Amino acid sequence: MAFGDVASSLAGTLRMPDEPATRPPPRPRARWQMLERDRVWDFLIEKPTRDELLAADHGYILYLEDVTVSFDGFKALDALTLYVDIGELRCVIGPNGAGKTTMMDVITGKTRPDIGAAFYGQRLDLTRLSEPEIAALGIGRKFQKPTVFENHTAFENLELAMSADKRVWPTLKARLKGDERDRIDATLATIGLIEHGDQRAGTLSHGQKQWLEIGMLLMQNPLVLLVDEPVAGMTRRESELTAELLTRLAGDHSVIVVEHDMDFVRSIARRVTVLHEGRVLCEGPFDAVQDDERVREVYLGVDA
Amino acid sequence: MARLLNHERGGWILLAVLAVLAVVVPVANLAVPADSVFHVSTYTVTLLGKYLCYAMLAVALDLVWGYCGILSLGHGAFFALGGYAMGMYLMRQIGDRGVYGHPELPDFMVFLNWDALPWYWYGFDQFWFAMLMVALVPGLLAFVFGWLAFRSRVTGVYLSIMTQALTYALMLAFFRNEMGFGGNNGLTDFKDILGANLQADSTRAVLFVVTALALALAYLFCRLVVTSKLGRVMTAMRDAEDRTRFIGYRVERFQLAVFTASAVLAGIAGALYVPQVGIINPSEFQPLNSIELVVWVAVGGRGTLYGAALGAGVVNYAKTVLTGTLPEVWLFALGALFVLVTLALPKGIVGLWRRRQQSRRNLAHA
Repeated sequence: MAFGDVASSLAGTLRMPDEPATRPPPRPRARWQMLERDRVWDFLIEKPTRDELLAADHGYILYLEDVTVSFDGFKALDALTLYVDIGELRCVIGPNGAGKTTMMDVITGKTRPDIGAAFYGQRLDLTRLSEPEIAALGIGRKFQKPTVFENHTAFENLELAMSADKRVWPTLKARLKGDERDRIDATLATIGLIEHGDQRAGTLSHGQKQWLEIGMLLMQNPLVLLVDEPVAGMTRRESELTAELLTRLAGDHSVIVVEHDMDFVRSIARRVTVLHEGRVLCEGPFDAVQDDERVREVYLGVDA
Repeated sequence: MARLLNHERGGWILLAVLAVLAVVVPVANLAVPADSVFHVSTYTVTLLGKYLCYAMLAVALDLVWGYCGILSLGHGAFFALGGYAMGMYLMRQIGDRGVYGHPELPDFMVFLNWDALPWYWYGFDQFWFAMLMVALVPGLLAFVFGWLAFRSRVTGVYLSIMTQALTYALMLAFFRNEMGFGGNNGLTDFKDILGANLQADSTRAVLFVVTALALALAYLFCRLVVTSKLGRVMTAMRDAEDRTRFIGYRVERFQLAVFTASAVLAGIAGALYVPQVGIINPSEFQPLNSIELVVWVAVGGRGTLYGAALGAGVVNYAKTVLTGTLPEVWLFALGALFVLVTLALPKGIVGLWRRRQQSRRNLAHA
């Protein structure tokens, strides 16, 4: 086929530039970019230090205000407002579909709220940071299903998770220094696996894997830990140890625990937030929440 | 070195075997009289040298397949490219001793009525340049290919198929006379390397020793990689890629780096192979070669490095024997071997041996 033929056959299907044509509507991508014009690019962010983050005047490490997220009209979060203190251990409970997971998604940057503000520390707007940025700034999330590296030892799992230069060449040259080794050992002790450091993670029990994963989060120096149903599938003894672990972690870290297991929440016995239909139904010490009429109705009623 | 081989008995055995071979084989070939039972024929020296090149190629594949979980079905292409770079150097060394006696052009170019050397043949009369290309050409191809593939997160079976297509496409290209690599005859009739006659027994012995040394160094290099933190990241992304990405490693960059390094090793193996067998032609790009290579690694035991070298030796010895006695059976035997290993010996010979050791230890404890 000669070039002329190609050109004429193309002309039938493509619009030539000089043809008077209606301008296509701006594509969503362009609009999105325009809206993001004031976004803070990661290379512009000077990473706030730990102290700066902790020096929040209002004493909150996290605050969500009037956060609304809807999926196809269904409001997963409906003007949710939540404040978390520095070093607090907070339990979030609620029936299925109450918006617990969506709340975590908003905090970790996986989901953007339609309306509302989500701030971390003094000045970091979580709604404008990407997931890896948020993770790098010290919000660690532990998913429900434990995923550890089964063929590596517990020690190596922590080594891999440790905050370090994670580019290829530095990784090849990396040798464990004494203080790093100590840190890993200290974390192993914290999560109660000091005896199992050289054991392959695949051979650990379910509960131990969960702790190892919490340990992997700790190796990244987080300020906030989001823990999703930590005791699901654990034995009673393991649940008790997990409660102890989380209680110990609070103080140095702010810990948010999402859990179904009321016994577990009772054993932690801290401030509890009850979510229902995307809103905070009630908030307070466990006993007060337990006695709340509305809570009994929507949630505990099933149990009690 | 002791740190690299800590608790790695198979590695020690491999290095010891190589050291013994590198001393005994040349001596038995050159110093022992031909009528003695201890004499090793030049044919055998060449054959063993070939096995060592294959073993090095297998070690290179094991690095990407066994440790990163990237099943490349096109590693033969990198081997062949390294071989071609070496072949081009050897062609230029022929000088005016070719059939047509042209001072610069290789015979096949004279035959095709070309009157000048194509630009990409420039520099190949220099040994250092050719050696640079041996590493650079496969490395660059692997880098570009890998960059496109891993960036788009093409992995698993799709990547395998693409690498297979890559080697097939290269084979078709190299078959063409217009490419300037000798078409289907390839490059052959080599005379000498660095001034030494390639037909001489002493040159062959030196090549054999160099190959043994290269395999040992390649093994130690791979060992260095897999025992470093990088090695632990590699196995981590093999086992749980998303999880590795989640804790902050750019998985695609690690894959790319290892894939490229492995291709360079494969290229060096190919460059050592060509002067010993005396020919390189497009059939080295055959997809089947790359698949056979995977079988060697699987038979030996992947993810062990020395197992790959062992597998290359065992399977190629079987191939030499079988194609000598029952040539028509070989392909069936290869297929059967692959099925057998996949079903019965997922961890290869090394796995079998380790299981033995394990059960013996358990018995001793009981």
